[in-house]
Amino acid sequence: MKNGFWIFVAVFVALGGSWCGFVLAPEMQLGGAKQTTILNSSDVYPVGRPGEANQGLSVYRANGCAACHTEQVRQTGIACSVVLTDVGKNPQAMTNLISSLVLTSLTKEDADAASAKITVAGGKTEIHIAATGPDIARGWGMRRSVAEDYLYDQPVQLGRLRAGPDLANAGARADANWQLLHLYAPKSVVKGSTMPPFRYLFEVRKIGREPSPDALKLPSEFAPPAGYEVVPKPEARELAAYLLSLRATVPLYSAPISP
Amino acid sequence: MTVNEMKTPDARAETPDPKIDASLRVPLLALFGGAAFWLVVSSVLAMIASIKFHAPDFVAHCPWLTYGRVQPAADDALLYGFCIPAGLGVALWLFAQLGQAPLRGAIVPAVAAKLWHLGVLVGLAGILSGNSTGFAWLEFPRAGSVILFFAYLLLALWAMMNFAARRERALYPSHWFLVAAVFWFPWIYSTANLFLVAWPVRGVVQAIIGWWFAGNLLFVWLALVGIGTAFYFLPKFSGRPLQSYYLALFAFWTLILFGTWCGIPPGAPVPAWMPVLSSFAAVLTVVPVLAVAAIAWQTSRGGSDAPSLECGGDAPVAAPAPAGRAAPMPADGLVQQDKATRASHLPYGDGASPPRGFIRFGLLSFVLSSLMLIAMACPRISRVTEFTWFGPAQTQLQLYGFFAMTMFGAIYYLLPRAVGFELPFPKLARLHFWISVPGVVLLVLPLAIGGVEQGMKLNNLNLTFMDATKAMLPFLRTSTIGLLLILLGNSLFALNIFAMTFVWEKSLVKKAFAVVTAPLETEGETGSASASLRRDKEVQA
Repeated sequence: MKNGFWIFVAVFVALGGSWCGFVLAPEMQLGGAKQTTILNSSDVYPVGRPGEANQGLSVYRANGCAACHTEQVRQTGIACSVVLTDVGKNPQAMTNLISSLVLTSLTKEDADAASAKITVAGGKTEIHIAATGPDIARGWGMRRSVAEDYLYDQPVQLGRLRAGPDLANAGARADANWQLLHLYAPKSVVKGSTMPPFRYLFEVRKIGREPSPDALKLPSEFAPPAGYEVVPKPEARELAAYLLSLRATVPLYSAPISP
Repeated sequence: MTVNEMKTPDARAETPDPKIDASLRVPLLALFGGAAFWLVVSSVLAMIASIKFHAPDFVAHCPWLTYGRVQPAADDALLYGFCIPAGLGVALWLFAQLGQAPLRGAIVPAVAAKLWHLGVLVGLAGILSGNSTGFAWLEFPRAGSVILFFAYLLLALWAMMNFAARRERALYPSHWFLVAAVFWFPWIYSTANLFLVAWPVRGVVQAIIGWWFAGNLLFVWLALVGIGTAFYFLPKFSGRPLQSYYLALFAFWTLILFGTWCGIPPGAPVPAWMPVLSSFAAVLTVVPVLAVAAIAWQTSRGGSDAPSLECGGDAPVAAPAPAGRAAPMPADGLVQQDKATRASHLPYGDGASPPRGFIRFGLLSFVLSSLMLIAMACPRISRVTEFTWFGPAQTQLQLYGFFAMTMFGAIYYLLPRAVGFELPFPKLARLHFWISVPGVVLLVLPLAIGGVEQGMKLNNLNLTFMDATKAMLPFLRTSTIGLLLILLGNSLFALNIFAMTFVWEKSLVKKAFAVVTAPLETEGETGSASASLRRDKEVQA
């Protein structure tokens, strides 16, 4: 390369190529995405978050929760099981047939084959699909995360490190009260938690004429001094609302599971 | 283009022109001074973040110092505060040296450097006050990024004008890497800011553009600048031309063609073609990485018979700069074969040369961190390492082990020439090297090993999540020691840079004072004043 112009051309070719591939093409494929329908249902997914939960996403962003938490569940595969719904006219023959078949932890093909054998013998079956993988087994979700799950997130907080557990389905695991206790004093609900407490999202104040109904019911070692109460600030409530809204459990065409 | 023509840059003799160095003095001090400051800030912030793994309650009442703000702030202070301005400064100097053209209108890049550091200040304050954009490596709020972008454009424009005005027309391999880097950043930075912050795209496309940006900035941009710099210094240190021109050309093309597609993790919740394409590109990136390794190996092999330039050599350090500078610098290629002559040209006398140690360590880290990056793009390995501390370990090795270390080497080499003084504390520069090497090892190694262990434990369903997290703690706590060493090393670097700036400013004041007072003095005193003026000028040169 003899002059600067050719270097510019090199940059243009190389970076322009990847710009088209990873900026333009994804935007054309996914940028106009709309809600999808849930598998075997007429309901649409996802629905927008309620206002408070939406505010909570900006609390989540502002405090960098994504530095330690991911919001994406991985899946290594699926396991199908064949469920007999009708034994047919000859229960004895069906029992014999079924005892000769493997009906759980199957691939889709094997499940279809087993189902076909039962159908031929006069029975009726349903095939149940479950996602597999360590994330699923840990209870972090029922299926892998897919692009549809993030349609209304602004900003999308996928995260890249699991210093803490995955939160893609945090809302399916705990209630608002637990979330607030966990934010104020993580060790009060999770023994040995390494999460830093977010005490600045709460107000420790003198109890007025009567205790606030919102005050946290903390175990004694985390409780404020007598006569004081811990009340969540609006940010804490919003963050808890956002965490409760994290729930990606419905079956989709791109990630089929049986409910 | 004939082979002969292409070989010219290697054989070029760089005549040391004091005007070239002097023209760069002010912008370089502005760029490196701020960079040294942010470097220390970054390690202080990283220390605060790391202490939270010893005591989660540490400064828990303070929203500005919560982990989720301090950690990205530390990362961004290192990347935007140190790496980019240091890289730009080194690039400015290299353009001027390779092209043998003094920088014109140096006040503009000097102001742009101050503007850049202002942008970093605004951005960091934004993150710590809770106004981060929430995108990795792009956390600076809009005000900060706009300032950074315009400051960069000014610096890039001046770098390109200097490049266009070069008197030595032939291009050296370092030129390709550095010119490409100059164009690279505005493209990726504007794309990311427009599509993520100004007019955000919808849904998971945000994450895809975020990965594209981070990959192009952290892997490609840093590699372009760092390798471009190393390709200038390697031949200088070893006295051998770059081995070889064609391999360097090959490394350049493969790096920008494949490296730019890396970054989308294999498990990402996006259409499958993207991670597949990205993994494929990452595997091909082995090619430029190995090419760089081969070039570095072949080029520095000649250095083994050169006089000991290693760090920690016990030869005298305080060789006066003017004496060293009076003799011609070793050219990129045809260096005088006489060892004694060569030794006398070295800026640190015939012994200690932190630049060489830093740049060699940087190249080693480049190869290792790139291989880690490539490994993480393989689906099988990614299943273990994704979402673990292996990722941060790779990033730290890339940012600090490779890029920052390479920049330290370059700055220790070029700043004394640009300013016209020997380093105020050359021994501290050597100490910096010997502190930061174990620092990087103690930071990266525990995180990498712990990350793999954490990943295997997370995939082992007999263990709870808490077991995996607990198993990580000793590794995280060990890495705090690494961070502490890095903080010490960075402070030594900053000390040298600040002292240098101070000495230079003092000499300016002295000179101005001499000029102002000279005409008013009697004849005898005028003589002594002009003598001191001459002395200053010598020092300046």
